[in-house]
Order: sequence, then C-alpha cells, then structure tokens
Amino acid sequence: MSILINKNSKVITQGITGKTGQFHTKMCREYANGKNCFVAGVTPGKGGQDFEGIPIYNTVADAKSATGATVSVIYVPPPYAAAAIDEAVEAGIEFVICITEGIPVRDMIKTRYKMQGKKTLLLGPNCPGLITPDEIKIGIMPGHICRKGRIGVVSRSGTLTYEAVGQLTSLGLGQSSAVGTGGDPVNGLKHIDVLKMFNDDPETDAVIMIGEIGGSDEETAAQWVKSNMKKPVVGFIAGVTAPPGKRMGHAGAIISGGKGTAQEKLSVMEACGIKVTRNPAKMGELLKSVL
Amino acid sequence: MNIHEYQGKEIFRKFGVPTPRGIPAFSVDEAVKAANELGGKVWVVKAQIHAGGRGKGGGVKVAKSIDEVRDYAKKLLGMTLVTHQTGPAGKVVKRLYIEEGADIKKELYVAMVVDRVTQRVTLMASSEGGMDIEEVAHKTPEKIHRVAIDPATGLKDQEAEDIARKIGVPEPSVAQARDLLKNFYKVFDEEDCSLAEINPLIVTGDGKVIALDAKLNFDSNALYRHKDVVAYRDLDEEDAAEIEASKFDLTYISLDGNIGCLVNGAGLAMATMDTIKLYGGSPANFLDVGGGATAEKVTEAFKIMLKNPEVKAILVNIFGGIMKCDTIANGVVTAARQVALKVPLVVRLEGTNVDLGKQILKDSGLPIISASNMGDAAEKAVAAAKGK
Repeated sequence: MSILINKNSKVITQGITGKTGQFHTKMCREYANGKNCFVAGVTPGKGGQDFEGIPIYNTVADAKSATGATVSVIYVPPPYAAAAIDEAVEAGIEFVICITEGIPVRDMIKTRYKMQGKKTLLLGPNCPGLITPDEIKIGIMPGHICRKGRIGVVSRSGTLTYEAVGQLTSLGLGQSSAVGTGGDPVNGLKHIDVLKMFNDDPETDAVIMIGEIGGSDEETAAQWVKSNMKKPVVGFIAGVTAPPGKRMGHAGAIISGGKGTAQEKLSVMEACGIKVTRNPAKMGELLKSVL
Repeated sequence: MNIHEYQGKEIFRKFGVPTPRGIPAFSVDEAVKAANELGGKVWVVKAQIHAGGRGKGGGVKVAKSIDEVRDYAKKLLGMTLVTHQTGPAGKVVKRLYIEEGADIKKELYVAMVVDRVTQRVTLMASSEGGMDIEEVAHKTPEKIHRVAIDPATGLKDQEAEDIARKIGVPEPSVAQARDLLKNFYKVFDEEDCSLAEINPLIVTGDGKVIALDAKLNFDSNALYRHKDVVAYRDLDEEDAAEIEASKFDLTYISLDGNIGCLVNGAGLAMATMDTIKLYGGSPANFLDVGGGATAEKVTEAFKIMLKNPEVKAILVNIFGGIMKCDTIANGVVTAARQVALKVPLVVRLEGTNVDLGKQILKDSGLPIISASNMGDAAEKAVAAAKGK
C-alpha cells in the first residue's frame, strides 16, 4: 500500500501538448508502471490527436469517461491553470495534482471556494507532485533517486523533497511515498492531511516532514501529531536565515508581521515531540535515529 | 510589487474609496504649484517612499503657508528617510505628495490580507489607527476585529456595518464607512492585491470617512493582467540586483553576508543559506535559478552575484529534478570563464545527469571545489570565504 496513488492509478495529463507537459509525461511514463498509468491527455481543440500513443481529448470529462481515469496532473500555464483545476473537479476527478507555478492567489481563492463540499483532493499548485517508488510517479521529481521502502516524506519544497529522499536512499532507507505540497499560500493538501494518510498507511513506519517560513501549516500539523500520530516524525524547516518581509522564491514563503518564522515552527514542532534538525544535510540520519 | 501612497490613492478614487485631494510633485516648484492649485490654508507635504513609518521618521510635514510648503519640499526632496521599515540605510526621497489638510476627529485602522487558513481575503480593523498595527496586534489583540470575506458575495453590508461600529465609527457615518469598506474590498479583489492597508482611516470633524493613507501590495503572479498597476512600478525603490535578476526570471534577494549562493528551488535555496550559517558563515544572497534554467540564465546569475564586492566565495547547490546537472555544469563553466572568476567556487551537484555534470566541471580545467553533499559544500564554502 501507499498513499494517494499506486501502480493501478489511471492518470490524465492536462496540458499534455505543452513543452513541460510533454517532457514530464514522457518521464513519468518511463518510470515503473507509468506506461499503464498515463492513459489520457487533455488539450482543448486537440481532441482526437495523440501524444506518443496517449490519446488526447478536448475535455477532462471526455478523457475520464473514455479511460476511467480518477487522477489528473496539470501543467497548464498560470493564467489558465485554476480553470483547469475547476474543470477536473467538475468532471469528478478524485485526485488533482497541479504542478503549475505562478497562479494568481485570487484565482486559487475562487477555485478552493468552488471545491468546498466536493470529494476531489488537490495537491499543489506550485508543487513537484508525488511518487510511490517502483510503482508510479506523477509530476516532476527525479525518479531514479527513490527506492521502495517504508518512510514517508512530506514537504512544501520540491528540491528539499529530493534532498530528503536522496539522503534516505543513500542510507538504505526506502520511501513508501514522497509528497510535495507546494509553495503557494492558498493550496490543497497540507502537512496535516498528508501526515494523517501516512499514519493510516500500514506500509509507512516513520515520516520526515519538511517545512519553510510563512503561514502556520507546520504548527497545525505538529499539534495534530502530538495527540494522534502513532509513528515517529522528524522535521526540518527552511528559512532560519530568511529576512522578514521578503518573499523567498515561493509565493507563500514570507515572514509577515513577525509571524511564520522558522524558529517559531521549530519550537512548536519540538514541543509536540517532533525531533528536528537545523542541518538539512542531516534529515536522513535524524530519521534513521528514531527507527 | 509595491506602489507609492499617491498611486494607491489614485486607485482608491477609481473605486470610490474617498481620499483627500492631492497632487504628486517631483520638484520644489511642482510642490508649490500643487499647493496653490489645491488652495486652502493647510497642506501636508508627504515623502513618497515604499516603506511605512514615514510620519515617525520625519517624512510627513504639515505646512500652514505656501512658504512652509516650499521649505518642507526643499528639506524632504533628496533627504534620506530612515524608518523602522527601511532599515538603517534608509531611502532617498525623490517624490512628494502634496495633500489638502484634514480635520481629524478619529483615527482608525483597516487592512486586508489573504488568510491562508480560511483561504479567504480577511478584513482586519481596529480603533487604534495611526499606530503601528503589529504593536496593537501584539499588545491588545482584542482590539483587532476580523471578517473572512466570502469570495462569492464580497464584503456584505451587514459585515461592513458591524466592523465600522466595532471600531468606533459614529452612527451617522456608519453608512459611509460601509460603502468605503465594500469598495476597499473591490480594490483588493479586482486589482489582485496581496496586502492593502489604510492607516489611518479617519473620521473628520464633519463626519466624513476618508482614507488618509494608502498602502497597496500586488500579487506578482497576477501583474500580467494589470498593465495599469505595472505602469506604477518605481525602479528607484527596488534593489538593482533584484531588478536585474528578474529580467532573467531569476529570484534574487540581497543579503549582507559574503558567500554567494546559486541554488535551484526556493526551499533548497533557503536551506543552503541556513546551512552556511550553521557552519559559521553568512550568505550574500538568496538566488533561485528555478526549474527551467539555461546556461545563459546561470551565466547571468553569476554576473549578478559577482557585482556584489562583498562576495568572497560562491556556493552552487543543485539538486536536479526538472533541471539537469549537465545544464547547470555547462552554465557554471561558461559563467566562470566569462566573468574570469576570482573567488573560490564550491559546487555540489545531485540528481538527473549528475555524472555528466561532474565530468563537465572536471574537464573544464577550472579550479572548482567539488562537494559531496550540502553540509560538505557549506563547510568548504565557509572555509574558502575565510581564505582557508
């Protein structure tokens, strides 16, 4: 087992004819069972064509009814990406992963509002996607650094996810799933949601949670861990040296009004029984020490 | 993106948020002309810089005659204004705003931000206008009232009226305050703001509700649909290196240390800075080359970092996902040659095509210090910056 996706997932790529969509669909297809998982693409106006044998449809609804897909991944450019999420939600897709970076916050506020009461789960936007090693990867992570195993990884940052996965793999610790929740202030799944799934996953033994400055997702997750998590969690927070008031690359990575500092997050996590390291090169070792 | 107060007020007036009358001025003569045009007996001469705390910093002066307007304009133009938001270096005043004087009876505070927990725009309001709101939030949080705005309806009449009463708007002025707040939300929503603040919002002696200040920040991801807002950009207010970087789609932030960092991904870039600090060094910048960097972009990134005379060593830390290590390696080699690199360069590569990347670095014949992981890289960069 794993969380959210596995080798039997059927995935639609929205924006399959763009440069990014093409490149990563190809990479995902080549990974593990990808050939059987990536069953359809969507680009309005290009229905009836195909991308290297993957049939293209005009709408998500068409792609879904033709293939039975329940997951979609979005590489649509920022001005149209929120509408692409809306379309997937309306078509009843169960799990939507939005890779696109640079979606206006106002668009995401409206999209999240429309998602209320819907069963669709959203990962991202501005995220690297997720991977269940040796089964499937959806998104832009490098597959070759992952190994199948029993450690869960959840992070807001893409490259820090790779960093953690790379460290685990080199220590001989494989991963059950690795999930990047994304760097935007208004998004879908958060640390707490992914931790709950890892907690319920019989094939996950422990979790690395990686956060960064801005917002309070890590604190909320830590409070939940304290009273509910049955597995060890270790953590790292990026941005101890980040100056206040500056957006550090990610739209959501900003210390504003003295809130959302790395120090505060680290303190809350420690108080909630999560072992943390200040050295991102030691995330893997720290995880190993709690097993 | 930030804009000046006078520009914010232009937007306010377009949306029906009342402001005092005012005219921007770029010289002393223009300031005098503006005051004459406005008429009246009292004028406020306001320094226009992209930072708060201008009043306390001496950047806002009340003039009771045209001569005083001239004197204050002379004094303020070209002066370096230091406020708690500018940092100790301060900012040089290049623009003024001449405004008619206001008869202030009450000073209130209203602001809007995106609340990440409710995923809605939140109106925050307080009776403590004119004050540093962070201080109010810290010392008397009960004096700050909040409404999470329903994106389908916008701010509702009842909500706006309730807030107005809670912050002490007198009953005869509540309807005015309600309309102002509703229009204020329209500004935030339609112009894609990331933060909007009116501090103070005033009630005048004759009961008018007016925005005496305007602070608007915009979501940079949405600027493509606001040409009018982009036209307000004042490059004098921005860091030269950050402007240069943005031309190449690089995210660069100047810091005060001496180790230049070039990293892919915002999270890893922050973590790299943190690791440098952990090993006793100090980062000179944050630089995220993003997912789609080319050799050209990396070269430009190098040039930008090296313009900073403080830089004593450079640390390149790449974990390739979208980005391939050979692309980075080519960029690094090209850049190092083009800029005739004189400071030590530490490179840590990992991820897609890592072996190819390492080979390119090795074959270049450049004195590149290779690192096996992030900690190793930081340690070597810190030592190199100290000349060890």
